[in-house]
Amino acid sequence: MSKVSMVLNGKSVSADAEDRTLLVSFIREVRGLTGTHVGCDTSQCGACVVHVDGKAVKACTMLAAQADGADVVTIEGLADGTALHPVQAAFREHHGLQCGFCTPGMIMSAVDMINRHGPGNLDEKTIRHELEGNICRCTGYHNIVKAIKAASDQMAGMAQAAE
Amino acid sequence: MYETNYHRAGSIAEAAELMAKAEDGKLLGGGQTLLPTMKQRLAAPSDLVDVTKIGEMNGICEDGDGVAIGAATTHAEVAASDLVKQKIPGLASLAGGIGDPAVRHMGTLGGSIANNDPAADYPAALVALGAIVKTNKRDLAAEEFFSGMFETALDEDEIVMSVRFPGASASAYSKYPNPASRYAMAGVFVAKAGDGSVKVAVTGAGQDGVFRMPEMEAALASNFAPDAVAGIAPDADGLLSDIHGSAAYRANLVTVMAKRAVAAA
Ligand SMILES: Cc1cc2nc3c(=O)[nH]c(=O)nc-3n(C[C@H](O)[C@H](O)[C@H](O)COP(=O)(O)OP(=O)(O)OC[C@H]3O[C@@H](n4cnc5c(N)ncnc54)[C@H](O)[C@@H]3O)c2cc1C
Ligand code: FES
Ligand code: FES
Repeated sequence: MSKVSMVLNGKSVSADAEDRTLLVSFIREVRGLTGTHVGCDTSQCGACVVHVDGKAVKACTMLAAQADGADVVTIEGLADGTALHPVQAAFREHHGLQCGFCTPGMIMSAVDMINRHGPGNLDEKTIRHELEGNICRCTGYHNIVKAIKAASDQMAGMAQAAE
Repeated sequence: MYETNYHRAGSIAEAAELMAKAEDGKLLGGGQTLLPTMKQRLAAPSDLVDVTKIGEMNGICEDGDGVAIGAATTHAEVAASDLVKQKIPGLASLAGGIGDPAVRHMGTLGGSIANNDPAADYPAALVALGAIVKTNKRDLAAEEFFSGMFETALDEDEIVMSVRFPGASASAYSKYPNPASRYAMAGVFVAKAGDGSVKVAVTGAGQDGVFRMPEMEAALASNFAPDAVAGIAPDADGLLSDIHGSAAYRANLVTVMAKRAVAAA
């Protein structure tokens, strides 16, 4: 048992947890944020993707203790109050989800890929390749890819307008 | 997962000390292999010693005509490094093709080679480039380091600190990924040294892990072109055969991947 502290969605949090506690369990069970899902629990599906220090990682394959001192963002931390993040809005607009189970991980991976490549720099091929670690059993991926492309282009527009 | 005690080491000396004190300790890199294994209860270390925050084990720097990469450097960092892209483009593209983005953000060079999965990508690069593995005890040539499937020359508790990769005048890696896991069904790294000699190393296909293809190396030394290796395949007898592909299928894949790697180099 150790004390684990991190900044979670902008708030400093701290809790006692067994060293074997997975980051995803810390987020869901200790902190009660159930937006991050567990699909496979074997590092394959990406439903559990969150950002640790700005990088997409599978929260089922990381210990909470490894994230001690880190800045962690989950799907709950993306929206600005009631205003959806552009990637969330694009998934809604383009029907990028059906059952919604994979969606939190898809969106966290999408935000990460847009950050890495820069808004507006994603083509369909790159998006499909980047989604290698995220599995969706419903949509057939087409609308997910469309949503990410639209969000990426829209965010490039927003960045330009801000300059 | 069984109970365990997590420790974060601040230096190599501290990591060695924590390992010495632990009843049954294991070094923790990115955890992308070790944690899934622990979740399946196939491993149950009493203590985990996290080496990823050790400063001297992180980062990439120029080393003669090549690069030295800290063992805790992630696959994503190697893939994105301008220095690696410039000096050994095949190595950067190999790192960028490991697993998926989330795995690359956590997985480390040291963890990958210490694990020596027969389908892992890095072993092919280390052998073809003639890399040197630097541990807290000694320097090991790549070919001595990888000693068999999931086997290395590392002693219990020995820590991989960094890997020195000599530069190459041409290098490329081509893999045929398993469509589900992205691990190599066959992956071939081709490296041409400054003196014109060529090394070809194969991963994913061998029963004993990574191996060299001397016949391809000789052919490429006199004619560095895809056609030079078109008629050369490894003996299927020593190759892996599983639900993903037979040994004969993999033998053919090695030829195809070698041609593609030479074309890309
Ligand atoms: C979904 C998925 C897909 C993957 N696809 C690929 C792929 O396509 N190609 C590929 O090559 N790999 C693949 N991997 C494996 C990945 O590259 C791992 O990151 C790597 O094998 C282990 O590195 P790690 O840093 O995570 O090590 P860990 O899991 O932390 O450790 C692995 C082993 O190495 C030991 N170790 C760690 N660091 C050191 C050190 N510095 N010195 C000595 N021993 C050490 C540990 O004790 C342990 O025994 C995949 C993994 C996943 C989950
Ligand atoms: S639940 Fe983590 S990858 Fe599937
Ligand atoms: S929307 Fe159902 S799994 Fe993706």
